[in-house]
Amino acid sequence: MSLAPVAKRDADEQRKAVSWYEASARERVRLLLDVRSFREFIGPEKREISPHLHIFNLPEQFDDGMIVGRGLLDGQKVFIAAQEGRFMGGAFGEVHGAKLTGLLRAVRDAPSIPLVILFDTGGVRLQEANAGELAIAEIVRALIEARTAGAKVVGLIGGRAGCYGGGGLIAGCCSALAVSEQGRISVSGPEVIETNRGVEEFDSKDRALVWRTMGGKHRRLIGGADMFVDDTIESFRVAAIHLIRCSSGFDTDVLESEQLRLTQRLQQFGLCTDAIQIWRAAGIKDAEAVPGMATGDFIALANKIREPRYDAR
Amino acid sequence: METFSYHHKVPQRASGSKPMAIVGVVASGNLEVLVERVLPDTDCELDIKTAAEGFGAVWKQVVADFVELRSPGGLKLSVNDGGARPDTVALRLAQAVRLIEEADP
Amino acid sequence: MTLDEILSSLFPQGHDVGNDRGLVRGSGALPGGGRIEVLGVVDRTPIGVDEALQLSEWVLDVIAQGGSDPILILVDSDSQRMSKREELLGLNEYLAHLAKALMHADLHGHATVGLLFGHTAAGAFIATALAARTLVALPGAQPEVMDLPSMARVTKLSIEVLREKARSTPVFAPGLENLAQTGAVFATWDEKRSLAEQLQGLLNERRAHHDRRDVLGKQRGGRPKAADIQERVHELAIQTP
Repeated sequence: MSLAPVAKRDADEQRKAVSWYEASARERVRLLLDVRSFREFIGPEKREISPHLHIFNLPEQFDDGMIVGRGLLDGQKVFIAAQEGRFMGGAFGEVHGAKLTGLLRAVRDAPSIPLVILFDTGGVRLQEANAGELAIAEIVRALIEARTAGAKVVGLIGGRAGCYGGGGLIAGCCSALAVSEQGRISVSGPEVIETNRGVEEFDSKDRALVWRTMGGKHRRLIGGADMFVDDTIESFRVAAIHLIRCSSGFDTDVLESEQLRLTQRLQQFGLCTDAIQIWRAAGIKDAEAVPGMATGDFIALANKIREPRYDAR
Repeated sequence: METFSYHHKVPQRASGSKPMAIVGVVASGNLEVLVERVLPDTDCELDIKTAAEGFGAVWKQVVADFVELRSPGGLKLSVNDGGARPDTVALRLAQAVRLIEEADP
Repeated sequence: MTLDEILSSLFPQGHDVGNDRGLVRGSGALPGGGRIEVLGVVDRTPIGVDEALQLSEWVLDVIAQGGSDPILILVDSDSQRMSKREELLGLNEYLAHLAKALMHADLHGHATVGLLFGHTAAGAFIATALAARTLVALPGAQPEVMDLPSMARVTKLSIEVLREKARSTPVFAPGLENLAQTGAVFATWDEKRSLAEQLQGLLNERRAHHDRRDVLGKQRGGRPKAADIQERVHELAIQTP
């Protein structure tokens, strides 16, 4: 099926104009993939809603906030999963998580088809905490089995909910990650740290602090993400295509390299008390200017400071 | 949670041939509308599930206005509402019908 | 049971498991012959970047030495360490790396068994106990995703309301029984019987690699939909041309 050139050109223009952060999960999937190539598995018309939210008198969403399916990415077959960060904070519930686990098990069985995960999550959905936690554990297991079989699993992070809690652990298991300025990756969230350790330890209302500590630019500079991208569908699309191609396999060598990478990070930065210190220690003279840097300049700086590597994740 | 179900007879079938469409997100002040082309041409059904209780009369009016304006014949619209204002509801219903009537490029 | 009592019951012939500031490491003989490597977190120690890195180093050592000794993961931990420093340094990668190492070991000859005998929570739970192929517990273990007071704060519901709702569902509240019903905990061991025998029995089962906790959760009623949804998505994805 070949599409009229007009349709393709429109798609390219839309991708450049639409903000990843502002878009819904459905819009991200539709625009990320090649025009009209997306086929959903267990779509909203199947009405597979959460069996638990009614206990808390909370409204359900027909897709339980997780979209899974397949499509084409620059002509290549891919599987795709996308979280809706505005529904229950994109958090993992029983059905939500099970959709991704099932997809990952398919990737394990068909490892030549890459998977792209569009993260947008606050972590476990507390109203279904045990099911959500277990879903995350099963996802991690299925992801590692898929990578062991040779599959590539690429994560994209730049939505409203960020990539928190168990989502951060799943992201750490991906072959590679792309993150935008708006993206955040963390295990404990700002409020949780503040509640448990006090405002001196972490002032959750200090947005600049949150972004310095957990945000996209810091993650790129410290090596927690492989690519930093603009907040557009186009940027994430280019990144996904690139990372699918470049990311490593998964074996003992990769684990040994990661052990070394994480050990060196503690040696280099383990005594730093703030991101500014880390960035200076990494060789950035004007560290305070980093948060305000435009994407192009930042990417050039990041590549100088830490060349992307794809064999240690 | 409250549920409402409305059936209307309408003069005109919703145009186009897409079998289904979906708009919106379930969140505070927002709603999702799933629309399916599954009914006879002059029938329309709306099934509402809402977290905001006590607004039956408002829903009835918004739905009646929408049906009169759009004549969504053949369509079943299913709503999960997170407490949206009536104008947001009206917007989403209109968006859903527009989407299902859209010809594929 | 204290850690020492547990180790004595697991290894009546003796063991060399030591405890260094809450991280345990060593090995012991199995009743059926052969040895099992032991590592874990005890004394309700939180798991931060340093602890995770040390644990994963030990796992990689086991992988490097080859062979097919299974690995026992002892768990009585806090949650992940909650601090600015941990997140600054990328705790998600350290916990993920630990989980990856454990699963890689499990998939390459070193069957992993988690033994939860105390507490664990949240990210620490996922990276240790839930990263094992099989998780068993001792009576009195207290796994949780989040404690009820914190859950009350975040959900803006009172603890009384949460407790009330928890009576009708095992899906959110802390507790061994709930985590067993949802499929996370395979079995609760009998502390009056030899733990060595129960461990050997578990290892003898040679349970298949593939994760069947979803099926367990369905059978026990804790997760009514997960297994079916997973299966359906898997089928739909596989059959696509």
